[in-house]
Amino acid sequence: MEILEKKVEQLNETVGNLAGTSVLKVNPLESEAIYIFREVVAQFEKPVLLFSGGKDSITLVRLAQKAFYPGKIPFPLLHIDTGHNFPETIEFRDKLVEELGVELIVRNVQDSIDQGKVIEEKGKYASRNSLQTTTLLDALEEFKFDAAIGGARRDEEKARAKERIFSVRDDFGQWDEKNQRPELFDHLNGKIDLGQNVRVFPISNWTELDVWSYIEKEKIEIPSIYFAHKRKIFVRDGMIWSAEDDVVYREDDEVVEERMVRFRTVGDMSCTAAVLSDAITIDKVVAEIRESKISERGARIDDKRSEAAMEKRKQQGYF
Amino acid sequence: MDVLKIATAGSVDDGKSTLIGRILYDTKSLTTDKLEAIETKSKANGFDYLDFSLATDGLVAEREQGITIDVAHIYFSTKTKSYIIADTPGHIEYTRNMVTGASTSQASIILVDARKGVVEQTYRHFFINNLLRVKDVIVAINKMDLVDFSEEIYESVKSDFQALIDKSEYKEQNITFIPVSALQGDNVVDSSKNTPWYEGQTLLEHLEKLDAQDVFEKSQARFPVQTVIRPKKDEFHDFRGYAGKLYGGDISIGDEVTILPSLTTSKVKEIYFFDQKFETAGRGSSFTLTLDDDVNISRGDMIVKSSEKPIVAKQLTATICWMDSKNLNPGTNYFVQSGSSRILAKVKSVEGTVATDFSGEDTAKNSLQLNEIGKVQIQLSKPLAFDAYKNNRASGSFILIDSQTNTTSGVGFIE
Repeated sequence: MEILEKKVEQLNETVGNLAGTSVLKVNPLESEAIYIFREVVAQFEKPVLLFSGGKDSITLVRLAQKAFYPGKIPFPLLHIDTGHNFPETIEFRDKLVEELGVELIVRNVQDSIDQGKVIEEKGKYASRNSLQTTTLLDALEEFKFDAAIGGARRDEEKARAKERIFSVRDDFGQWDEKNQRPELFDHLNGKIDLGQNVRVFPISNWTELDVWSYIEKEKIEIPSIYFAHKRKIFVRDGMIWSAEDDVVYREDDEVVEERMVRFRTVGDMSCTAAVLSDAITIDKVVAEIRESKISERGARIDDKRSEAAMEKRKQQGYF
Repeated sequence: MDVLKIATAGSVDDGKSTLIGRILYDTKSLTTDKLEAIETKSKANGFDYLDFSLATDGLVAEREQGITIDVAHIYFSTKTKSYIIADTPGHIEYTRNMVTGASTSQASIILVDARKGVVEQTYRHFFINNLLRVKDVIVAINKMDLVDFSEEIYESVKSDFQALIDKSEYKEQNITFIPVSALQGDNVVDSSKNTPWYEGQTLLEHLEKLDAQDVFEKSQARFPVQTVIRPKKDEFHDFRGYAGKLYGGDISIGDEVTILPSLTTSKVKEIYFFDQKFETAGRGSSFTLTLDDDVNISRGDMIVKSSEKPIVAKQLTATICWMDSKNLNPGTNYFVQSGSSRILAKVKSVEGTVATDFSGEDTAKNSLQLNEIGKVQIQLSKPLAFDAYKNNRASGSFILIDSQTNTTSGVGFIE
């Protein structure tokens, strides 16, 4: 029934367009995000979009396209590569960049390690996720980016729930959570001192379900690992880890088996767990998210380190 | 899907976080992992019941002190709507956060403890909702379980609150009273057997019926230009698109428009949203329009229908809510920013403070401290297109930016 209603709605839109009597209806979240993108470009000299190849940053790219059409996206994409990405994500990233004709900058966490700026974590739970911060701050400095646009959402995590849309960071990228600028109405204040920069979050007010519904409605392409596929996995602490490559450390007694799984987030492989799933199409993924009893970051080991894990990382310049 | 933004306000211990937790719990919006975390923590803290405030207090300092410091945003959805709750702290020193939360909300929930009734804080919360002209206010009379669900007590709180409504300036506000127990769930999502005398809707039923169209009420169309789009592609060789977000009313192809502050006129030629063209754009939408004539328009200009012009002036009077620890003193320079327009300005005079408890003005004061509200005269270095706040919330409000620290120091509502 719902599908039928949707079809009729789409048909009406098309007919309306042909007859030239169409009315642009408001999608409040989309409209807000587009507004924010335009404010960034108008208020900052050198913005950049932080692109991870995940669904949120892919959604950001689509919104940026919409904000500046028929012009091109007026800023480059920056990927902080942990070296532990899913190969499917990297493939997807390169294809997207080519289609859009935008500039892609890649900076590697491995380089920061080689330069001795950060030290690789060791042991069972080792992850490069928090090492990204140093590489990110160096890249912002190198290119003199004054605004870094990210796909973080307030519903993800409770420290992020306190985040502003224009979040001011100091020279060290630090978030001063107790002294944030108030944001009123749509009046976004992007005035900063030299050396400061701003993290911008256009989809602050979206939920995970909003993002998925948008991907479905807009028919946005996403990397294949978001859909159910057969994968060699092992289970640890009730979470499902990929055993296809050597990135995730595995003890000898941890048994590998093959199951149908998909990923809800595509962060660093070493901290991103999979979920059992049969959702091989986008509508099935959306249905699954709607019914899900586990939050998206419930599968992120980096947040489980402590109650305040995210807040601490953000104070140090994580986005 | 429709999005309804709600702000919550209440004094310390009025049970605001518990109410939000209860809404999340009863609408099954809390995922298993979050619920388990709350259960573990509640037990560890020695609570007999689930401490839902743990779901919303996101900062270490907040959990340590058991108070809410900063606005948190909480999300849940039902079959008909998506909800965004701005959970704002109830302490007096955090008035700025309450104003912030209310500025983007269509509805507001004010909590009153049934045992304590209307207190000084209630005055402040209602005053701010009234000043900001929040369309729908819900007064949730909470902790009814602790007063034996007494109709008499509920009615007496209600009549005390009525006295505040009588003093308010924004009479069109819809105010609804609901007796609830956030802790036990009475009349929050499900209707209560304990209040047979209450025939109204539950809190959620009421929210479900509210119009989630737009934060701003319908008035006149205002289109502040954010940026000019010039693609420099063969296909769009002469394209000059004006990108912005529309407030107040609709705009259609063929509408005669005036560009402010220059007063140039033209007609709307095309309305683009991404790669599609539309005949009409509804308020609240972000799009790009082109005009019949080649006119000089840049960021900060405003496009309006020629029959609905706003005020264009270099001075204005506004009610300011001050949000900076550095006082607002006459003679100081600030940037006035309203939407895409940012103009250097001088505060000519502070004409006194307005008490947030409806007790009137203190005209002897000529500066504003953090969290004070007062009437201010401002001189702008260039003309600004604006409206009275009561006519248009977007073009009738602005922020003041400190020209040295760059911080957002205050918010103004134009008379």
